[in-house]
Amino acid sequence: MSTATARKIRVVVAKPGLDGHDRGAKIIARALRDAGMEVIYTGLHQTPEQIAETVIQEDADAVGLSILSGAHMTLVPKVVALLAEQGVDDVLVTVGGTIPAEDIPELEKLGVAAVFTPGAGTDEIVEFIRKGAAERHDA
Amino acid sequence: MAIESREKPEYKEREAQFSTMSGQPIEPLYGPEVAPQDPEATIGEPGEYPFTRGPYPSMYRGRLWTMRQFAGFGTVEETNERFHYLLDHGQTGLSTAFDMPTLMGYDSDHVRSLGEVGREGVAVDSLDDMEQLFEGIPLGGVTTSMTINAPAAILLAFYVLVGERQGVPPEKLGGTIQTDILKEYIAQKEWCFPIEPAMRLVTDMIEWCSANMPRWHPVSISGYHIREAGSTAQQELAFTLKDGFTYVERALERGLDVDDFAPRLSFFFNAHIDFFEEIAKYRAARRIWAREMRDAYGARREESMRLRFHAQTAGVSLTAQQPLNNVVRTSLEALAAVLGGAQSLHTNSFDEALALPTEEAVRVALRTQQIIAFESGAPSTPDPLGGSWFVEKLTDEMEQAAYEYFARIDELGGMVEAIRRNFPQREIADAAFTYQREVDERKRIVVGVNDFAQEGEEPTPILRIDPALERKQVDRLAATRASRDGVAVEGALAELKRAAATEENLMPPIIAAARVRATEGEMIAAMQEVFGTYTESPVF
Repeated sequence: MSTATARKIRVVVAKPGLDGHDRGAKIIARALRDAGMEVIYTGLHQTPEQIAETVIQEDADAVGLSILSGAHMTLVPKVVALLAEQGVDDVLVTVGGTIPAEDIPELEKLGVAAVFTPGAGTDEIVEFIRKGAAERHDA
Repeated sequence: MAIESREKPEYKEREAQFSTMSGQPIEPLYGPEVAPQDPEATIGEPGEYPFTRGPYPSMYRGRLWTMRQFAGFGTVEETNERFHYLLDHGQTGLSTAFDMPTLMGYDSDHVRSLGEVGREGVAVDSLDDMEQLFEGIPLGGVTTSMTINAPAAILLAFYVLVGERQGVPPEKLGGTIQTDILKEYIAQKEWCFPIEPAMRLVTDMIEWCSANMPRWHPVSISGYHIREAGSTAQQELAFTLKDGFTYVERALERGLDVDDFAPRLSFFFNAHIDFFEEIAKYRAARRIWAREMRDAYGARREESMRLRFHAQTAGVSLTAQQPLNNVVRTSLEALAAVLGGAQSLHTNSFDEALALPTEEAVRVALRTQQIIAFESGAPSTPDPLGGSWFVEKLTDEMEQAAYEYFARIDELGGMVEAIRRNFPQREIADAAFTYQREVDERKRIVVGVNDFAQEGEEPTPILRIDPALERKQVDRLAATRASRDGVAVEGALAELKRAAATEENLMPPIIAAARVRATEGEMIAAMQEVFGTYTESPVF
């Protein structure tokens, strides 16, 4: 437990693809910031390449991908693959949005740690990211 | 007497304070002491200034609202099939949902369109697509709404050309195109250009339509998306009307006569779950618009002052948990829209929390409207809640809240400047966060989600978009590119670029380019070479 470091958990909240629904992403970004984390909100219309670059440049512990456009099965695998390609394998990847139940197992197989669907509580999400990211950056 | 009985312990209230979902406090009782001071002036009669009670004298006794279900997915073939299904089941107007690439101005074969084609709506790249979209549908006999904003001029051009091919001239085409770009920067976030060139295009469309399409609404000034993004009802009302006033001002600056274009401005509001607040919102909207159009913008015709709106039940109110509960939510929301005097209505389907609607679900949504129309008695008299002490007071409070926002926006230099400074965006983000905290803390109950929840629900079957449809659309696009006159297209795009750099109305060059099968993406790219693009600086 690195209490001495006092390095904040760094989270990228990202909006992949053309999807413009940012209500949830902004709420999560703010909740994470209020919980004491360093939040980088990418804004809208990010390509998978841009997101991977941001995660690396910002030395993020976690990335939350928010997608409500139905394009998640194309965009999430791309982000995960790009991170892996660049040797980044210790970033917690979570997904939020309108993700049908039947797509969740496949996303989890890709390495997505959790998928948060409509109705998920904010505190639950913040705690999950805190725990998961802390495990990674203390490792 | 009543106050004393209320203090008795057996009548203790469940909450310390009751309020609408937007935070407007609700009193223990409303009675004649809050009755409107000057009902003739502030409420009046339906069809008469200030139109509080409705834009038409007989309202639904004369004509029911249009049952207009938003639809679109996959390619134009699948969507045409859904259009026919809905018409066969009794809907009375069409409403088109386009996919994200089309909304953002990208052709289906653009690298940014990968995985997105046909998912949120129908893919339309060229006039060829538009023609098939309306296959078997006589445009002279139905009105069509199109939800598209930054590329609206292009889709309108496509529609006009489809009409032309069917032998229906532009002046006979009826319908609406959303076009409301200000609310894109505020809430829906689908843009192609910076604000000023985008506003120029809106004014071009208003100008061109007022000369060529008297039955058409060139803009649908919208609050739905502002509300979905998390605003309060008051913010939805204020920002929508302020956007509308801004379009009016730009059209007047262009030299148009207010009475030539104002009658064809239309509106689009959310129908959310807090029943009475929504009804008050619609009534306040009509009164404010009428007053400002007459007093601030010099309108002389009644048609210029009466606010007419489409409503959609609140997508954000739908839950993934226990989806059949959504039928109830949609019903209440739809009833509020009807009691509030909507001219056109879309009801959400119960399965839409996670996907676009299946046929079965959208049928139930349509039946919801039909039951309200033909079984409930709600349409039997205009503004049935007029004179309710509660509703009239809520209407007044809603109006007051809107004017407070107008003043703040004016202080910032108007709506365009307010948007540049992130004012409405920040208000919305704050309201959304506040609402979410209330839900997280169970101060606000969402049935099936933070109370009355159920373990181990079976997932509802939902509509899946076949990924093969993307390939199909890309092939369609390739066929269009192969079969058209490439030289003519290049010439038309060059002409569009030239015109974009002047102050000419862009509808004619857009129509000319559309006619020779220039694609939407090509036309947008040509204009972006002149106008530039837009990136937001988000606040959260």
